[in-house]
Amino acid sequence: MNAWLTVLKRDLLLAFRRRSDVATTLFFFLIVSSLFPLGIGPEPAVLSSIAPGVLWVAALLAGMISLTRLFAADFADGSLEQMLLAPQSLALLVTAKTLAHWLVCGLPVVLLAPLIGLQYALPNNALLVLVFSLLLGTPALSLIGAIGAALTLGVRGSGLLVALLVLPLYIPVLIFGAGAVAASQHGMSAQAHLSLLAACSLLALVLAPLATAAALRISVE
Amino acid sequence: MNINWFKYSSPQTFYPLAGKMIPWFAWLAAILAIAGLYISFAIAPTDFQQGEAYRIIFVHVPAAWMSMVIYIVMACWAGIGLALNARLSAMMAQALAPTGAVFTLIALVTGSLWGKPMWGTWWVWDARLTSELILLFLYLGFIALQASIDDPRKADRAGALLALVGAVNVPIIYFSVKWWSTLHQGSSINMGAAPKMAATMLLGMLIMALAFWMYTIAVALMRVRCIMLERERSADWVKELSLKSASRGKA
Amino acid sequence: MQWASWAAFFNMGGYAFYVWFSFGLTALCVVWEVIALRKRNAAALRLSKLLAQE
Repeated sequence: MNAWLTVLKRDLLLAFRRRSDVATTLFFFLIVSSLFPLGIGPEPAVLSSIAPGVLWVAALLAGMISLTRLFAADFADGSLEQMLLAPQSLALLVTAKTLAHWLVCGLPVVLLAPLIGLQYALPNNALLVLVFSLLLGTPALSLIGAIGAALTLGVRGSGLLVALLVLPLYIPVLIFGAGAVAASQHGMSAQAHLSLLAACSLLALVLAPLATAAALRISVE
Repeated sequence: MNINWFKYSSPQTFYPLAGKMIPWFAWLAAILAIAGLYISFAIAPTDFQQGEAYRIIFVHVPAAWMSMVIYIVMACWAGIGLALNARLSAMMAQALAPTGAVFTLIALVTGSLWGKPMWGTWWVWDARLTSELILLFLYLGFIALQASIDDPRKADRAGALLALVGAVNVPIIYFSVKWWSTLHQGSSINMGAAPKMAATMLLGMLIMALAFWMYTIAVALMRVRCIMLERERSADWVKELSLKSASRGKA
Repeated sequence: MQWASWAAFFNMGGYAFYVWFSFGLTALCVVWEVIALRKRNAAALRLSKLLAQE
């Protein structure tokens, strides 16, 4: 547990020192979600009907572009190899790194999302569900994304490759997340969607770190 | 009887063995395909709702079946390769992927060719076509990952892990897509509700599926032979083989 | 037998394009895959022959 906290603190500190990385993710989210009204038109009815899907896809892409950095720096300076040799379970250390990634790249997007939702003329209860669904769903994105990041470690063109590997696996999270917001827009209960979303995150929490650890062992050896 | 499986799993002994097996599976595939085509065009009656266009299902459904079966088999080989560190299993997984992707593509295109006369549109976002599309993405990811890692042993193991992760995800993706298509009633046209399956139709599809299966085995064995030659390029047995084949004047 | 004549067979009740495109594409994929693999095998053997003769 001590090592787990150390890894988490270290990753957060490193992220804090490179604040521009965090800003890049947020700007990306902001730009992508601002492009849609420009492409589609300012009609509020249209915008609010596409908002759940657009905001979720934008959040998904914003989380994805930062994935290649998840292990790359540790791989370059050799600290990843130390982690592989450490007596602590690698899967556990992976959860610390993934949590740090989510705190740095996922949480800011979750907090920014309601502002963008306002631009898309989402009603208040839908905004609330949007934040809640992102809060439940984005950890699964970071966890699944970590598998892709570990598999493509040290591979040429890893940025595009990670998209190809990870995006199909994101589909259930996207469906349940955007579905929750759409359901609340139509005056239905979003509970079923949110429960399934939470189930996805829990399943990812159990299985993804094991797969990520195995992938790291393959990539680093 | 105690067969030494490890003996057959070395490329040097498996290469000629695969060479002997390929014609058998190829002939079986050809015979089954002729029988399947005969049933689908000569015996199966015209559907009173869909006319002759329904005959597309005799390639569409078997191709869709095969695309899923191949992914499962590929994941099994990948898992065995990862667990036992067996080279041959990993090569089999790699050899199956392109054929699986081709069948997925066939299923998608024929599905859309069936959809046009039946529903008036080339593409419908129904659960089955959408899952098939996602399956194509999974195949392409597997192929792209293996192609971009230079070290073949590392490529084998990374690809195997990806195939296993994909196999765990396939049921979840399928369920979520089904859920999604039932929520959006407007776009859900159920392909499964299409004609009530007559026994001859089912027989035709089963025989075509068997033909595709035999074809898949033959082609996967051909591809695994290519992979072995390319990986063991400088091994003695490959050199001898290449000299022999050239002296016969046949590659 | 379902068909009155060969012309009726090829016409497929007006759905000729869809039916023959489907079956033709499948046949094309099969033929292309087999030819591509034969070429790949021959190329691999040729390369190792060059290596062997060095």
